[in-house]
Amino acid sequence: MNPRRKKRLTIISIIFVGFAAVVGLVLYSLSQNINLFYTPHEIIGGKEDTGLKPVIGQRLRIGGMVKEGSLVKNSQNLEVSFVVFDATHEVTVTYEGLLPDLFREGQGIVANGVLAEGNVIAATEVLAKHDENYVAPEIADAMKKQHQKAEKAKAAY
Amino acid sequence: MWKWLHPYAKAERSYQLASTLQPWFAISSIVLLVVGAVWGLAFAPAELYQKEYYRIIYIHVPAATLSMSVYMAMATAVLISMVWQLKLADAAAAAMAPIGATLTAIALITGAIWGAPSWGTSWVWDARLTSYLILVFLYLGVIALHNAFEDKALASRAAGILTLVGVVNIPIIKYSVEWWNTLHQTATISKLSAPSMSSEMLWPLLTNILAFALMIGALTLVRFKNEVLARNAMRPWVRELAAKVGDK
Repeated sequence: MNPRRKKRLTIISIIFVGFAAVVGLVLYSLSQNINLFYTPHEIIGGKEDTGLKPVIGQRLRIGGMVKEGSLVKNSQNLEVSFVVFDATHEVTVTYEGLLPDLFREGQGIVANGVLAEGNVIAATEVLAKHDENYVAPEIADAMKKQHQKAEKAKAAY
Repeated sequence: MWKWLHPYAKAERSYQLASTLQPWFAISSIVLLVVGAVWGLAFAPAELYQKEYYRIIYIHVPAATLSMSVYMAMATAVLISMVWQLKLADAAAAAMAPIGATLTAIALITGAIWGAPSWGTSWVWDARLTSYLILVFLYLGVIALHNAFEDKALASRAAGILTLVGVVNIPIIKYSVEWWNTLHQTATISKLSAPSMSSEMLWPLLTNILAFALMIGALTLVRFKNEVLARNAMRPWVRELAAKVGDK
């Protein structure tokens, strides 16, 4: 490479690396604010780095898995309540309205609402968070059968 | 080592190469697009939870993935044009910008259509969607800068600087779903692990990605040829070419 080209390449590289460092540091310092939602762990125990706990009456988003068997539907109206959990903690979400198509127990969700007493979130919006797995129904059936077979074998043993 | 490339620094030679390659890209992309679309929309099985509407993945994912690839290709062309002062590389970068912008628009629109039934919302300001929106604005900014100056060289330099600086956004888009918690799911196809998708669904998706890539190649060649002609309009070979086409 001749010296002029080398010089241009160096200048471009320096500008790029400098800019990338600036963006990287900004994103790093903002990282807790870029997160879309609080996890149940963060609502009860506070944020990982600052230990900041959300206060009662604060509007926030909660994200986690819907606990199996925790969904309670009101037969008179559209009120529902369910428990959202992560690895360590769980909180209750109440909501009145239509749930998204993908909503089910065991599904990841993100709810937007107001934090109330006793780790309850009165949600105004519930979104389903689908994961990166795409499964054909036949394969899911086959896997279930395989699983049942294994269970049976285990029981017999 | 790079000697064989040198003749292509001449606009006429590159124009001829682009003309030769163009039909191959065009035909193969049309064939694969038809195969991929029919395979994905009619023959791939429905998804367990999302039933039929997951099929929009066959447009959303190729457009979204390749919009980022086009950006990297554009940035590479800009780097070459800046370091080696190669005008053709700059023509290639200018040719790619509107194609990339269109892909980002397709990805955003199909994403919104997909999000409405599955998530329950068309838009949310999470890290993935927001950083991707910035990519749209980067493309629009690059196109605007290319057209903002009377002087082509000045316009290219301004657009080029924005392109190079914007490269920072590409890894942010890619890893946004891992660095922060988002509504958007993480990647289904990744290099290091097995894809988390049934193979009957995966193959049409890969076909569509390849088809989109070839289509982008064909469109880039068309636009590149136009750029070259416009920038060399006063050259004798372009005039000869115009006269030849005019006679027909």
